[in-house]
Amino acid sequence: MTEPLAGRTGSYPSRAAPQYAQGSSANLADILERVLDKGIVIAGDIRINLLDIELLTIKLRLLVASVDKAKEMGIDWWEHDPSLSSRAAPDSLAAENRRLRAEIEAMRRSEALTGGGEEAGEALTGRGEVPQAEEESGGTRSDER
Amino acid sequence: MSAEDIAYATYVYAVARDGDALRESAAESAGVAGAPVRIIPGTGDGAPVFVASSVSAHDFDEAALRRHLEDLEWLEAVARAHHAVIERLGAATTVLPLRLATVYLDDDRAREALDAGRAAFEQLLAKLEGHVEWGIKIYVEAPDEAAPPPPPGPASSPGVGPGRAYLSNRRAQRSVRDSAHRAAGTAAERIEAAGRAFATDRARHRVQQGELAGSRDENVVNDAYLLRADRSDAFRAEVARAADDLPGVRVDVTGPWVPYSFATAPEPAAAEGGPS
Repeated sequence: MTEPLAGRTGSYPSRAAPQYAQGSSANLADILERVLDKGIVIAGDIRINLLDIELLTIKLRLLVASVDKAKEMGIDWWEHDPSLSSRAAPDSLAAENRRLRAEIEAMRRSEALTGGGEEAGEALTGRGEVPQAEEESGGTRSDER
Repeated sequence: MSAEDIAYATYVYAVARDGDALRESAAESAGVAGAPVRIIPGTGDGAPVFVASSVSAHDFDEAALRRHLEDLEWLEAVARAHHAVIERLGAATTVLPLRLATVYLDDDRAREALDAGRAAFEQLLAKLEGHVEWGIKIYVEAPDEAAPPPPPGPASSPGVGPGRAYLSNRRAQRSVRDSAHRAAGTAAERIEAAGRAFATDRARHRVQQGELAGSRDENVVNDAYLLRADRSDAFRAEVARAADDLPGVRVDVTGPWVPYSFATAPEPAAAEGGPS
């Protein structure tokens, strides 16, 4: 893999309205880290909580190489409390109601959720052709920022 | 819950200032599931607007979303649709992207949220006007297995047993990697210097690993820089040179992006205190 500094957009206009040339060609990982992790968070009526999304991205192996690795790093909250859903204050009775129902639902499914996590991860690995870059010989990790 | 009254929900993509440019680009956009994209005006003169579309309420209630989000194909389709709308709008005007799957029961509920956030939205719109985001990733290249780096010296090999040869080979590989990491640090410093010279702001992303990252090389820096559009060229030129003389280091530039990474409003409700 020797693409020098190609960038994805061979030519890039810089004046006036920028052409967002990435469109469909942009790397899914780059898009996901922006649409899931960045952008303005405002409370919607339909609450999917951010913790779920973090769990999701972990499963997608976007952030850490494996669920095991996540645990090593101390990221294991999903095992403890699947019901710690919405952090935002409920802004209406209806929203509160929805949130509670979601929590009940989450509790009902907590078993499946925690149990299923790793399987989902495995499934994902299984389908890729690219094997995980083999772990380095140890001792080099410290250089990571 | 009767099914008939909530067949649709309102999916919001972004906040923007109203105007012809916005309305034209919204009219040209297709949203999630190909739905037409519309403007939800705020209350009052000059108020920011939401850009939204209708989505199936059944697909976007909590339970369904939870399920869907586990489905990479579904997620990818929605993420790409979300992103496509934002890019299209962003080519025409300043936009604040919202987090994926920000959904309201109807337009009125959305408008309430829009009005409630007006001050923060206006502030951010002003800050991001005329700016774009560039993604900069620095990689330490994976050792090339086809051609292992330094073959053991011919002089020493004859007498050396396999164990020792292995060890010295291992050591050589490790030192190549160490120096590549140091070189990556140098590249990072150069890019940061370019950022100080040209950029308005910087945000850090977590380094990408794993299958989706699509590279065997080790991602050691994954940053986003906010640049005034007219400074992009100068910044990119500097970045392009950053790793020229650094073997084993690769710099990958993506963009220009709508400034997703800088559209993070301080949330009044949740005290997050997280990094970056």
